[in-house]
Amino acid sequence: MAAAQEKTARVGGNGPSLTREQFMDAFHEMLLIRRFEEKAGQLYGMGLIGGFCHLYIGQEAVVVGIQMTLKDGDKLITSYRDHGQMLAAGMTPRGVMAELTGRATGYSRGKGGSMHMFSREKNFYGGHGIVGAQVALGIGLAFANKYRGTDEVSVAYFGDGAANQGQVYESFNLAALHKLPCLFIIENNLYGMGTSVERASASHELWRNGEPWGIPGRRVDGMDIAAVHEAAAEAVAHCRAGKGPYLLEMMTYRYRGHSMSDPAKYRKREEVDQIRKTRDPIEHVRQILLDAGVGEDSLRKIEDDVKATVNDSAEFAQTSPEPDPAELYTDVLLEA
Amino acid sequence: MATDILMPALSPTMTEGALARWVKAEGDTVSIGDVLAEIETDKATMEVEAVENGILGRILVPEGTQDIAVNTPIAILVAEGEAVPDAAAATPAVAEPATATEEPAAQPSAAPATPAAAPLSAPQPEKDWGPTAEITVREALHDAMQAELRRDPDVFLIGEEVAEYQGAYKISQGLLAEFGDKRVIDMPITEHGFTGMAVGAALTGLKPIVEFMTMNFSMQAIDHIINSAAKTLYMSGGQMGCPIVFRGPNGAAARVGAQHSQCYGSWYAHVPGLKVVAPWSSADAKGLLRAAIRDPNPVIVLENEILYGRKFPCPVDEDFILPIGKAKIEREGRDVTIVTFSIMVTTALEAAEELAQQGIEAEVINLRSLRPLDTATIVESVKKTSRLVTLEEGWPFAGIGAEVAMQVIEHAFDWLDAPPARVTGVDVPMPFAANLEKLALPQPEHVVEAVRRLI
Repeated sequence: MAAAQEKTARVGGNGPSLTREQFMDAFHEMLLIRRFEEKAGQLYGMGLIGGFCHLYIGQEAVVVGIQMTLKDGDKLITSYRDHGQMLAAGMTPRGVMAELTGRATGYSRGKGGSMHMFSREKNFYGGHGIVGAQVALGIGLAFANKYRGTDEVSVAYFGDGAANQGQVYESFNLAALHKLPCLFIIENNLYGMGTSVERASASHELWRNGEPWGIPGRRVDGMDIAAVHEAAAEAVAHCRAGKGPYLLEMMTYRYRGHSMSDPAKYRKREEVDQIRKTRDPIEHVRQILLDAGVGEDSLRKIEDDVKATVNDSAEFAQTSPEPDPAELYTDVLLEA
Repeated sequence: MATDILMPALSPTMTEGALARWVKAEGDTVSIGDVLAEIETDKATMEVEAVENGILGRILVPEGTQDIAVNTPIAILVAEGEAVPDAAAATPAVAEPATATEEPAAQPSAAPATPAAAPLSAPQPEKDWGPTAEITVREALHDAMQAELRRDPDVFLIGEEVAEYQGAYKISQGLLAEFGDKRVIDMPITEHGFTGMAVGAALTGLKPIVEFMTMNFSMQAIDHIINSAAKTLYMSGGQMGCPIVFRGPNGAAARVGAQHSQCYGSWYAHVPGLKVVAPWSSADAKGLLRAAIRDPNPVIVLENEILYGRKFPCPVDEDFILPIGKAKIEREGRDVTIVTFSIMVTTALEAAEELAQQGIEAEVINLRSLRPLDTATIVESVKKTSRLVTLEEGWPFAGIGAEVAMQVIEHAFDWLDAPPARVTGVDVPMPFAANLEKLALPQPEHVVEAVRRLI
């Protein structure tokens, strides 16, 4: 338990550990996700995006901080709250927005939608609509890394809600048993849909959920990009060195509802406003950059670039055709 | 520039809603994320947030208004110091909402007719593979895995007791010694977890063979078989295939009761994106399992425990393989077509023998593959015999027999001289008592009886 306490004591990260350039890059990436998601929410409101749509707004530091520690060939998998992961993985805003709107130019040619998007090229393995399924699939990606004898790592993202699924613990056991290079990321945004962690989990310290299998875990301030980066770098190095899986609990927060149709009556508006005002991951980086002497102009330039990119993606999506009716029957089976 | 704030859609089904309350008033400064208004949808009251910074220039729809259509302008947002234009002059927050939302409706129902309507091509004769040797179904399955493990380093076998125990039913005997524990891997009793893991590995291009100790346990993992393995190719727009085999004994063994005696034929055959084979003989077992392992799609191989120890002739040619989707006529006849699969082929052949003594020549079709189904061979046969009896161990309701009969009705209705008949397992959970279990399963006399009713 001593080791456990020591780990807890590191909550909050070790302060700025990134270079100015890295902070600039992170600012750009996080802002892109934020603005992209706002635009997606807008298009949903206009009926251009249908069905389910789960926005990542508020959680941007998690995925951007982790992505900065990865290398080509590392594999990613997540749940249905996946737009942020895809953009961070380098998938194009155009392709993602076109998929959200069900167009032929989307990553899945309009057949997957918000929750089911993939990129073989960017090693992004979805986009999964079944809560927790991506964790078992994620250890399979890590299994493949090990089977092929590479030093590649797989990152399996899941939420505090999925942390109660049985297959997550089956996966912990298998990953530890076979020393699979799998980084488990619990994005704890405090609510699994409308149920708070306190009402869903007997254990509130999710970072310790791998302890029975000897999986090292840490709780990290997921609103602080430097803290995320520092913890992820340590965890990724552990996995890459062949020491088996690692678990990080990212304490984060989603500003929007669980999905677009969530009235979010399970939490107070003041709670959202408070976090937005005091812990916003993007404002945090903006302040670090200003303190470091970066001019307002440089940041405004990034904001303008991001806005242009996002508007371009929305324009591209709206002007792209719907899939050809013949697409209905393709991609069911591959030719043997 | 002034922008219209539009009535948003706030759920997948919302087409209109009520404006319950304006939180901001005309002239208020608003920032991204501020709550502007509360809107009542068909499900709940929702808060609408600003997506642009500016000043709420004019409220177009007063609070309390009901039945406001989605995309109706409800307010105008202006920049600081900007005059508030007339509603008509404002540009919408995002271009062309009206046209865009109408786009799907404007599309005529242009979906092409289902490909099932395509004419059936004539069945092809089976390739002659030359000399055969008598081997058990167990040996055939073993030999198929051994051959494919030798052929392709991406193939590996996982499951409970497949390695050190040498297989719960000894199918994988000796494979650990030859291929090592990297490729023949024991799993803990954790079907959901290891099936998900295998599917994840397959999505990267590896070719796992997942052995379920019995197919009954595949139900623990059915979400990964259907949602993760069968659908990902489609959901990824063709990017991510899943070359994986799920295999194990299916159906009733002997006296193992309800939870261990069930046919999964119609369960898995129902799912687009899966292939399902059900071998009967040693040749079926070897040829179909090899094809399943090489197939780039997820394939379910429904084996049968009672058949494991039975001997059948099997081609000795090292390249022997069978095509998936091709049935085999095991016995030719002119009076009635009996369509069946797996261990029920034995029952059908026994019934055919008995019928022959009564002067009735039955044609027995061993389906081999449940999906894709070899409808051409079935229809060709029925056009000759004009009578159809389906035979399966599984339950009748929505079973394989129902599908076979429907295919025959669609393609050869005018050739039928009698309504198709089904012989199936009894529609109850499998009982344990020896006499009850026998009563629950189709026997040759049931088939004889069904045929005699048609003739």
